[in-house]
Amino acid sequence: MHEMSIAQSLIDIIRDEMAKHHVSVLRSVKVKIGKLSAIVPDSLSFCFDIMVQGSDLDGARLLIEVVPLEGRCKDCGHAFEVKEYVFVCPSCGGGNIETLRGQDLSIVEMEVE
Amino acid sequence: MKVTVVKNILEANERIAAENRKLFDQKGLTVINLMSSPGAGKTSLLERTIEILREEVRIGVIEGDIQSSKDADRIAKKNVPVVQINTDGACHLDGNMIRATFDDINLDELDLLVVENVGNLVCPAEFKVGEDFKAMILSVTEGEDKPAKYPLMFRESSVLLINKVDLLPYLDIKLESIREEALKVNPNLIIFAVSCKTGDGMREWCSWLKDQVKGSAS
Repeated sequence: MHEMSIAQSLIDIIRDEMAKHHVSVLRSVKVKIGKLSAIVPDSLSFCFDIMVQGSDLDGARLLIEVVPLEGRCKDCGHAFEVKEYVFVCPSCGGGNIETLRGQDLSIVEMEVE
Repeated sequence: MKVTVVKNILEANERIAAENRKLFDQKGLTVINLMSSPGAGKTSLLERTIEILREEVRIGVIEGDIQSSKDADRIAKKNVPVVQINTDGACHLDGNMIRATFDDINLDELDLLVVENVGNLVCPAEFKVGEDFKAMILSVTEGEDKPAKYPLMFRESSVLLINKVDLLPYLDIKLESIREEALKVNPNLIIFAVSCKTGDGMREWCSWLKDQVKGSAS
């Protein structure tokens, strides 16, 4: 539901970076979206496409990598993929789980000219 | 040419939220980001909480809604400082919207500031506003499947209030199942079962809340 504001933030960062690198054409941008983030990839693509249409970024492609949710038990050290959002260690049954990855919402790479 | 840019897309908001947090800390203010679906009872919880704690804790409220000042009007009747933010369509509050209210609320006169977010079980969980912790409400009529369907909010929250427990006799839902499902997603959740209507559980919640207020002698 908030993909439009995420797309806007993404485009703000892209423009900043393009100015920094003195480039004017954006071919593609790669982002990582964690499984735990509340972002729907298709919806983000849709919003991104609408926002770049008719602008100097028109034609740029948004490449989305969905990052699986992984956690590590702070009690026994076991690392595992968190399935169905159940944050319980499959090894020792503990619930003291730190999220290793899967909550990302980040830009990783841009292809520019 | 490929350019590597490793940046959090929400960094602009997180920077502002961190600035808000710094200001709140300087003022010794405890700040809660209160979230839930529409109609779960955020404003009712605040009304009851203010009634119970008003002699001991100086509470202020920032109300977030897409439109209208209905919630702020309700809180204003309790004679505590309140500011209404209308997001005009946006589904969540962000750091910048909170910062924009600082001219309208005197933070020096408060011990506890509650930011009542826009009613929505998804988006508010993604945006920090400068809070010390997030609290959420799930009303029993929403069902025990919600933690698994909206995991981010349950994962991000430190406290879960299960509201409207007075309705349980009329529903095919058990309080214990809601508790179990929520703890699967976040085993560290502190859970209170309450009814804003009958007042059940409100003393326990308020007593815990009072202890979270910075500088509270408990």
